[in-house]
Amino acid sequence: MNPSSSFWQRLMAMLRRLFARKVVLASALILTLVVSIATVYPWVSDADPNALSISDRLHAPSATHWAGTDELGRDVMLRIVHGARYSLLIGFVTATGAVLLGTLLGMFAGFFRRLDAPLMRVVDAMMSFPDILLGIALVSILGVSLWNVMLALVIVYTPRVARVVRATTLVLRELLFVDAARALGVRTPKILLKHILPNLMSPILVQVTFIFAYAILAEAGLSFLGVGVPPDIPTWGTMIAGSLDYADKAFWTIFAPGIAIVLTALSLQMLGDGVRDLLDPKLKKTV
Amino acid sequence: MMRFLLRRLGGALVVLALVAVLVFCLTRLASGDPVALLLGDQATTADIALARTQYGLDKPLPVQFALWVGELAQGNLGQSLFLQRPVAQALLERAEPTLFLALFAVSIAALVGIPCGMAAAVWRGSATDQAVSGVAMLGASVPSFWLGLILIQLFAVKLGWFPASGYGDPSAGLDDRLQHLLLPALVLGLLNSALIIRFTRASMLDILGEDYVRTARAKGLSEGTIMVKHVLRNALVPIITVLGLTMALMIGGTVVTETVFNLPGVGNLVVRAVLRRDYPVIQGTLLVIAAIYVFINLAIDFLYTLVDPRIRLETQ
Repeated sequence: MNPSSSFWQRLMAMLRRLFARKVVLASALILTLVVSIATVYPWVSDADPNALSISDRLHAPSATHWAGTDELGRDVMLRIVHGARYSLLIGFVTATGAVLLGTLLGMFAGFFRRLDAPLMRVVDAMMSFPDILLGIALVSILGVSLWNVMLALVIVYTPRVARVVRATTLVLRELLFVDAARALGVRTPKILLKHILPNLMSPILVQVTFIFAYAILAEAGLSFLGVGVPPDIPTWGTMIAGSLDYADKAFWTIFAPGIAIVLTALSLQMLGDGVRDLLDPKLKKTV
Repeated sequence: MMRFLLRRLGGALVVLALVAVLVFCLTRLASGDPVALLLGDQATTADIALARTQYGLDKPLPVQFALWVGELAQGNLGQSLFLQRPVAQALLERAEPTLFLALFAVSIAALVGIPCGMAAAVWRGSATDQAVSGVAMLGASVPSFWLGLILIQLFAVKLGWFPASGYGDPSAGLDDRLQHLLLPALVLGLLNSALIIRFTRASMLDILGEDYVRTARAKGLSEGTIMVKHVLRNALVPIITVLGLTMALMIGGTVVTETVFNLPGVGNLVVRAVLRRDYPVIQGTLLVIAAIYVFINLAIDFLYTLVDPRIRLETQ
């Protein structure tokens, strides 16, 4: 048997175990659907999510407008589909950025005893601000823009990843295979890369899914407070924020984008939970 | 024991010092000049320069930091640029709604979270367990401001059972306060019960495996007595800790909720201060909130060492 086929067989076996739980399978399907609509739809249709139609203001959901229209006559469903691209982009960039930075910091803090105390005190200090408050402060410094929201959220969630990665690295550092590698004269960068990092993958993967979900929620909160994404970019958060004053007359304008947020965030967390159970059976027993 | 406590206290003080540096850097890096905002379009360059000197904003940043820390050491959080009063006074005036909201919300979170977590632990692996963990995860997936808006639409606008926003007349009685706080407290409480559910379930499961529970069963005690007297009692220590932690986390949650329900609390104060670049208020509030968080965590650690001698021994 060649090694590549055994890799695929192992992967398939893992996926089968992951999707044995029906909620995890359902979450993965929902996410696939959301991601594919968000990426494919703008290619196949040139309908403009910002097209104004004053005669169609605040129409209730109907066959032509599945989720109704907003205060400027824009189709809510079309904006949710386009908004998915931005909301998913924010989640993806935040999760990737925070995980890369947090892994680096956490690995250094966990591996090098001298760096541990100073790095972790800074992490503690950053984590003593409530997430949303730190986000507000950072966006107000950086200025309101799509990229600044992502940058702010990366800074907010990096300490969280660093803490998890450090804890795991502390355990790994003491294990026999690290000692053995060191005894064989393997250089430190290679030990970190080849022996520590691969074993950090499971907690990192779990963090990715959770931070992805938190970032989508945080963007919505920041946009609601007026320190998020500029109102002309349709994210799920800016859609709710923009239609706030019409909530009485046109409930659907805030309800529909919220459902999109809840569905996506819930699926991400369910998937993360499934991955955690799969990769770390010990955790399942306790928490 | 003493050495452990002192070391933890020292660590907390270092964190607090870093928090102060972070807070100062955050506000000073901010774009936008508060003095220009304060004086409006009519102000001349000379006016602005004069006001900058008056507020000490013309001095180099390290000097500004040193002055600020010096004032802090005397318990002075500074003077608001917009509110015409000291930051400490503004905070105290806004503390009541926030404190009531947080306490009310923690009670709701405990009332929902503890029974749900217990049920999930007792019937572990069953449909109940899965439903409870699903609901807990749902709570962590709902944006709090959105749930707030939905509840306002449903219970305030459509049904008219509760006021949609505000804190009511300051002279009104406690029942009026509670009526104004119920919806925001529900939002915060329900969404924050997830952590309590998970903790209750985990600590109950730990204790269900203990020998004394088996002994109690062997003695023929009823399941109900075992659960309440033997399991829940011993599980309470970690649960109470997590309630403290939830309380600390909730202070951050109130920022958004207070804005949705237009409550005149600390969260509302800080959001407005950020929008107007009222540095002293932002600095003071961030510092106080972070300090509360650090001290709640410190208190939790101390409580743990008191009730669980194993932690003391490990660190010696």
